[in-house]
Amino acid sequence: MNQKGFEPRIIGFLCTWCSYTGADMAGTSRMKYPANALIVRVMCSGRVDPTFVLKAFQEGADGVLIAGCHPGDCHYINGNMKTLRRFPLLVKLLEGFGIEKERIRLEWVSAAEGEKFSTVVKEFTSAVKKLGPLNWSTLENLKGQAQTDVRKETPSPRLKEAEL
Amino acid sequence: MTKPKLALNWTASCGGCEIAVLEIKEKILDVANLFDIVFWPCVMDFKYADLEKFKSKEIDLCLFNGAIRTSEHEHLAKLLRDKSKVMVAYGACACEGGIPGLANQFDKESIFQRVYIETPSTQNPDKKFPQENYDMPEGKIQIPTFYDTVKSLKQTVQVEYFIPGCPPLEKTTWKALEAVVKGELPPVGSYLGAGDKTVCEECPRKKDEKKIKRFYRSHLKLPEPEKCLLEQGIICAGPATRSGCEGACLKANLPCWGCYGPAQGVVDVGAKFMSALASVIDSDDEKEINKILEGIVDPIGTFYRFGLAGSILRRKKISQEKKG
Repeated sequence: MNQKGFEPRIIGFLCTWCSYTGADMAGTSRMKYPANALIVRVMCSGRVDPTFVLKAFQEGADGVLIAGCHPGDCHYINGNMKTLRRFPLLVKLLEGFGIEKERIRLEWVSAAEGEKFSTVVKEFTSAVKKLGPLNWSTLENLKGQAQTDVRKETPSPRLKEAEL
Repeated sequence: MTKPKLALNWTASCGGCEIAVLEIKEKILDVANLFDIVFWPCVMDFKYADLEKFKSKEIDLCLFNGAIRTSEHEHLAKLLRDKSKVMVAYGACACEGGIPGLANQFDKESIFQRVYIETPSTQNPDKKFPQENYDMPEGKIQIPTFYDTVKSLKQTVQVEYFIPGCPPLEKTTWKALEAVVKGELPPVGSYLGAGDKTVCEECPRKKDEKKIKRFYRSHLKLPEPEKCLLEQGIICAGPATRSGCEGACLKANLPCWGCYGPAQGVVDVGAKFMSALASVIDSDDEKEINKILEGIVDPIGTFYRFGLAGSILRRKKISQEKKG
């Protein structure tokens, strides 16, 4: 389903201590990598709630990258281990939804691994490019007036008075 | 003083919610005293035409149970929405799609294939499927359109309140009706009769540190009576599910199935349930983690048992080529 000129949109959740700094390293070292990755800085890869990933796909991402510190190097001792435990389950779940496992990737990138970061983004981008667009947000059968937050300031409706 | 008008309706549901309304026992007489029941097809003889005669917003309260699966359901949801001042999604199916929502792992074509061809008890050598329009000698027959995707009520019309549960417990139903009758209605969008914490808050079991080397589905292990089920490796939806049932299943030595829907503030019940389960795994080794996770055989069915239609992704992707 490769489409000509398709540029995938990839959301990258990077832990601020290692991987984000690693991406920064790639930047300051003038390494080139595809501009497809839109980076979201999080405090820890363990902070990446699966909800974020589902929401990213729903809102039009073609791939999601989660990157954190190498096992044992977590700034919060074991936050990345939580990610490691959660990840296989998330992949399984996404496959259940019909989202290929190649669309999501977990990588350990340290603050010094700018080069690794750029390689990962290159590889991942080309892998997702091969898969073609996911187009979740435009799926015809998903259209419907999803009720957003109505809790705001709608006053409570009054019914006729009645006594119990 | 005229009595407020009450309508009850069912769509894609099992009928359990109708029984749940009757579960308030003799208080149902109070309901009959307090309300003028104008529409309740399960219990009394009403026609859709009767409903159409009402003026817009003439009915005060509508308890709507069931998910939206066919064009008839959609029509009824829109009609009742127009006629009712307060629309309440009653039960798990109306709130989050419920069990019928699990059909979102398939589409119309594969469901029809399964139901009318593949089921072992079916004999259909001519491969006949229901037709929406059919010419009979007596005249044209029209049946509702069957949709690919099951929707919850709030994905179809504006909903004021939610009463969760599969079915809502007697207490939940009564608390909700009481709030309506006394006019003590919370802000629009609230859940009536249920709590705003998780089932774990109400669960009477002893909770300690959770470290799991193997997951068990509930039929694979006889649980110890007083220990937290997750600590025993039994998959329990308590940590992600809204309170209000007072841990009914847990008191009966069964794990929580998640019927009260996502806890307050949870956007996607499956994602939260998944996080909770993953965090109890006692291993830092990738291979071992994968082995432990083999105990979860049906991720969507486990994590979204009652909430697939109401979740973020809502359904399995229908391949575009197939749809042409």
